[in-house]
Amino acid sequence: MTRKTFLASGLLDPRGLIFLAILTAAAIAVPVFSLLVPENSAFALPPYLVGLFGKYLCYALLAVALDLVWGYCGILSLGHGAFFALGGYAMGMYLMRQIGPRGVYANPLLPDFMVFLNMKDLPVTWWGFQHFPYAMLMVLVVPGLLAFCFGWLAFRSRVTGVYLSIITQAMTYALLLAFFRNDMGFGGNNGLTDFKDILGFNIQSPSTRVWLFVATAIALGAGYLIARAVVTSKFGKVVIAIRDAESRTRFLGYRVEIYKLAVFVLSAMMAGVAGALYVPQVGIINPGEFAPTNSIEAVIWVAVGGRGTLVGAALGAILVNWGKSTFTNILPEYWLFALGALFVLVTLFMPKGIIGTLDQIKARRARARRGVEPAQAPAGE
Amino acid sequence: MDHQVVTSTLLYLDGVSVTFDGYKALRGLSLTLAPGEMRAIIGPNGAGKTTMMDVITGKTKPDEGDVFFNGSEDLTKLDEATIAELGIGRKFQKPTVFECHTVEDNVLLALKAPRSAFATLFGRPAPGTRERIDQILETTRLHDHRFRMAADLSHGQKQWLEIGMLLAQDPKLLLVDEPVAGMTDAETAQTAELLRAIAVDHSVVVVEHDMTFVRDLGVKVTVLHEGSVLAEGPLDQVSADPRVIEVYLGR
Repeated sequence: MTRKTFLASGLLDPRGLIFLAILTAAAIAVPVFSLLVPENSAFALPPYLVGLFGKYLCYALLAVALDLVWGYCGILSLGHGAFFALGGYAMGMYLMRQIGPRGVYANPLLPDFMVFLNMKDLPVTWWGFQHFPYAMLMVLVVPGLLAFCFGWLAFRSRVTGVYLSIITQAMTYALLLAFFRNDMGFGGNNGLTDFKDILGFNIQSPSTRVWLFVATAIALGAGYLIARAVVTSKFGKVVIAIRDAESRTRFLGYRVEIYKLAVFVLSAMMAGVAGALYVPQVGIINPGEFAPTNSIEAVIWVAVGGRGTLVGAALGAILVNWGKSTFTNILPEYWLFALGALFVLVTLFMPKGIIGTLDQIKARRARARRGVEPAQAPAGE
Repeated sequence: MDHQVVTSTLLYLDGVSVTFDGYKALRGLSLTLAPGEMRAIIGPNGAGKTTMMDVITGKTKPDEGDVFFNGSEDLTKLDEATIAELGIGRKFQKPTVFECHTVEDNVLLALKAPRSAFATLFGRPAPGTRERIDQILETTRLHDHRFRMAADLSHGQKQWLEIGMLLAQDPKLLLVDEPVAGMTDAETAQTAELLRAIAVDHSVVVVEHDMTFVRDLGVKVTVLHEGSVLAEGPLDQVSADPRVIEVYLGR
């Protein structure tokens, strides 16, 4: 009976099952209500909502990625938006090259903005992006490589805490400035847009949007499972140990910087995938995605949902963004104040976030039921 | 210089000095420890006991002096993780266990096993892992607390868990910093018993203030004062040494 709790607390806990079940239900319901139910029916799901939900799920995947480094490894990254945006740019470059001669200048090779800037040849950075598999590889490799170089330098020099947070913020800000420049060859401040199709399907058509939503749901589910597999492994236990007592872990003989680097790179790749799914659904990627505020918002989602819970991070991302959509409809100017207030309130009254607070209540009840007895094996769960 | 000095000793410190912002924490400290030996280190506050531990475990690099382990490993050139893998385990003054892990997981993380990220991510636990954990929890009297969070343990239990984690590392040398600080008398006596049991097949260095406890251990004592060795020998002998009395009572 105790065997089960030994060495692995199990890949899927009840909460994870509920999360995946809801995700599956959404992945089935959205196509049904959007494509099969007649358009004039009261149950029909308008295409803009499909796009909106898809966007939420991209944010949820970003939040899960951030929770992996922040919630489990204690690395408060204030630059995760950069990895998201880089993944987005890689996808955007593929989509740009799919436009081909249908652009305004009808150049079969160069995207419009390059013709406009009098560029003669396709920059090396754009080579190969007409191939979907190559572009998808870059969605993983580019954020992963940046995270690797950044993390290798930062973690080896034992930069931690606030200092690390500040340089992650500086990293995304530097990228923001770089991508604004026309001579970077990524469309300057207009970014990449006017996409026509993805894998041969019209990017505007309702059915493509639905399948993009389904793909995002699958990516979120897979991202969650990968993150969960990592944190429930012995590797994950080491990572949590690093979060709670870094030097102790080092004295046990673990190479803390390698562990941090591995988690950081994995997380950056997940963020890249989220960005890549985001771009075709919103139809544009521009340097604004590197804005430091985006990364900070992502931190707030995770804090609201409950860090170190994965499901909480996803939940927080969806709730806060749903709140944002609603709020900006009513009082658009005040959203940032509301977000700030939300963060302050959560920090003061629910430091463990929604899911963490639920856990605390559950634990308190369980303790009350057992009386003052010492906690025994939770093997039955 | 490297090899002729130290073949029979497990730990060899010679002329080690450490300065922090002009303050000499260690000045020419020399100490040797034979394999299998248990040694108690005593000394007033600021004598350099913790700094000595830091030097041995690679946390602090000495300004001068030699530190050799196992005859030929130059500890001044290695980092914490490498030194830990060589077989030096350390218990901190303040108990530092992994609060968010269960007692069992704490021991599991310390257990001698491959430390690489790849091994912990994809590897399977070695056969006998569970038995080894059982054994350690038995020795440290924590068997009934196996599934409790380390954060929920009492102070004494945390100290034992940390000693258990040291055992799990199966080091050649254990460095134990003030194991009985804040313990009740009964816990102190049990801890002395536990350390004696451990010393049967490990070398141990214990830093401690508590004289009753040091007497319970019944081993050779080294007295540190202002960063160097003041006296060395059985407790009765050193406590009769006028210089030691001066240091302890003279102020």
